[in-house]
Amino acid sequence: MTDIVLEDIRKSYGPVEVIHGIDLDVASGEFVVFVGPSGCGKSTLLRIIAGLEEVTSGTVRIGGEVVNDMRAADRGLAMVFQSYALYPHMTVYKNMAFGLENSKLPRAEIDRKVRDAAEMLQITPYLDRRPKALSGGQRQRVAIGRAIVRDPQAFLFDEPLSNLDAELRVAMRKELALLHTRIGGTMIYVTHDQTEAMTLADKIVVLQGGRVEQVGAPLDLYNRPQNVFVAGFIGSPRMNLVETVAASSGDGLSLTRAGTALAIPAVGGIAPGDAVTFGIRPEHIHLTDGEPDILATVTVAEQLGGETYIYCEAEGLPQITLHQPGQVLVSAGDPLKLAVDRTNLHLFGADGRAIANGLAA
Amino acid sequence: MAEAGTLRPGLKGLLTARRGRGGKRHWTDWFAYLYLLLGVVLMFGPVVWLTLSSFKTPAGLVEFPPTMLPLGQIAVEVEGHDKPLPLYRVTMEDGTTRELAQIRRIGIISQMVDPAAPGETLKVPIAQREPVREFRMAWENYRDPLERFDFVKYFWNSVIVTAVATIITLLINSMAAYALSIYEFRGRNAIMLLVIGTLMIPITVILVPVYLVVTQLNMVNTLWAVILPGAATPTGVFLLRQYMLTIPRDLIDAARMDKASEWSIYWRVVMPLAMPAIAVLAIFSVMWRWNEFLWPLIVLNRSEVYTLQVGLNAFQGELDVQWHYILAMTVVTLIPVVLVFAFLQRFITTGIANAGMK
Repeated sequence: MTDIVLEDIRKSYGPVEVIHGIDLDVASGEFVVFVGPSGCGKSTLLRIIAGLEEVTSGTVRIGGEVVNDMRAADRGLAMVFQSYALYPHMTVYKNMAFGLENSKLPRAEIDRKVRDAAEMLQITPYLDRRPKALSGGQRQRVAIGRAIVRDPQAFLFDEPLSNLDAELRVAMRKELALLHTRIGGTMIYVTHDQTEAMTLADKIVVLQGGRVEQVGAPLDLYNRPQNVFVAGFIGSPRMNLVETVAASSGDGLSLTRAGTALAIPAVGGIAPGDAVTFGIRPEHIHLTDGEPDILATVTVAEQLGGETYIYCEAEGLPQITLHQPGQVLVSAGDPLKLAVDRTNLHLFGADGRAIANGLAA
Repeated sequence: MAEAGTLRPGLKGLLTARRGRGGKRHWTDWFAYLYLLLGVVLMFGPVVWLTLSSFKTPAGLVEFPPTMLPLGQIAVEVEGHDKPLPLYRVTMEDGTTRELAQIRRIGIISQMVDPAAPGETLKVPIAQREPVREFRMAWENYRDPLERFDFVKYFWNSVIVTAVATIITLLINSMAAYALSIYEFRGRNAIMLLVIGTLMIPITVILVPVYLVVTQLNMVNTLWAVILPGAATPTGVFLLRQYMLTIPRDLIDAARMDKASEWSIYWRVVMPLAMPAIAVLAIFSVMWRWNEFLWPLIVLNRSEVYTLQVGLNAFQGELDVQWHYILAMTVVTLIPVVLVFAFLQRFITTGIANAGMK
């Protein structure tokens, strides 16, 4: 059981700084997911924690101890790589035993640990095979097994599921969640897939451009994004974001763009003439018979049976996505009257920071 | 056989493979086999010629027109003569041919005897006779140098030099390659360039200075004088480094996370994965060392430390070249290289480094 603390971590490659001062607390036993678009520095940050990269400045503490100058081998962490990085010339058994042999454990104990882990991951029948003779999912299990046998202080996962096909990915995701409840270690997991982040994490860290955009529980991030980036990144399909200009309208405000005007009550921090981006999730736009907020035309309707995704366009606005439960029978070219749920409307200022997450009805 | 070709073809399937279907031959089959045959004759012909010639007697070697197989004249025991007499096929004056043994030759007339009727002596012009020969291997070409000239000793010297030098070469070249490929440090590429740059210095230029160094170290006339100076080869470092660069970085990182020491990463992860490149270098090194001539000739002056190549040189006198010995011992020197090739060649084409990834 180990907590990991990062303090003002910076990393430069020559004159290029890729991590711009990151502070983070990972509590013991927590499942933390680093998520962000490619090139955001999430893998670099993981490798810094692992000890495979050195920090340019800042402190890394594992279990209260500063480990900046400690080699990767001595940090007591285990890592699962995106490519699995199984040793191709060793059998599955040897792959899993390699780390223990390096720790100079007695043979009998190595054997017991490897067999226990293999049993848990259901890879016992493959112990004598080479990685070449395994399927993607089996290699993935071996890679996880290799991490488990060492009883590490914490597990690091670097996009472990991205090489698997969609179905297997969902299955392994569930197994990883189970694994965490069973062995309960501290886990840090890097992914660019926000679905993995939402389903696995106790805590999500959204990174972009080497900075932390927001840290929080999955639903916190979903319901109360602190800025436009997080709002757009978390949730699938992504939140509709529309850049508008505020105008006064009666005792409230009106967010206007082209022919569309969205009336909202007065909000502190927004004055008429301000640039405001409003964000509304696809499931919070409804079809209405009354006075519509937006008049739109269907471009594509995706019928999944249990739910319907409707992509539509309105004059002067970016594409709007709707997520409706059940089967909504519309087809391309149909006009739609859309109503925006004010209680779930997000407003962001010109600097991208959230002004409000949900308004009074 | 065309159907069997889709499975794993055996040697027979491989040798009779063709593109044409249903027993017919496509024109490319003819072309391919003709081309391959030409290749076989060009590549293998000299080796066969060398091997066959190594069993010929000195007289057989200089014979014109040359014969393909080593032949020897048949000799027969004839009553009344102590030694066996050489047998000839003679065309008699009446046009018949008889097999006669020659007693002696006087000028252009040879005195002959019929082995069946030893009493009667015949006089035959030498133009009318032609030796009767059979396939016979001159084993003494091999036996004499191996027994009289201590070629076994030379052979072992060569084996020791080749084996020890190859092991040292593989070890230190792979260490250098490991450092230059796995570690990232300032000046890495500069050092690599320097190593490659030494390729441009011909051995003849450094012959004298290296000889002086070897003399100062008292290594002249020891096998170490041959083994050590060439142990670090820029070609080997380059070859291994380029291969090691293709080993996925994640594997090294994984080994680091697995608490492997640098030595154990080198020995247990990188070396097994670099096996194909190491095998190639091993073959090169064996060939270089086995065939090396100039340097051993300079530093090895006593016959106890001669290597095979230097030993071969001894048959080549100023006035007389003993071709039959040279050819026979050349065959002997070829054998180990062929064996090494046979055992290591399968490694050359096997790339195993990427098997465990993705």
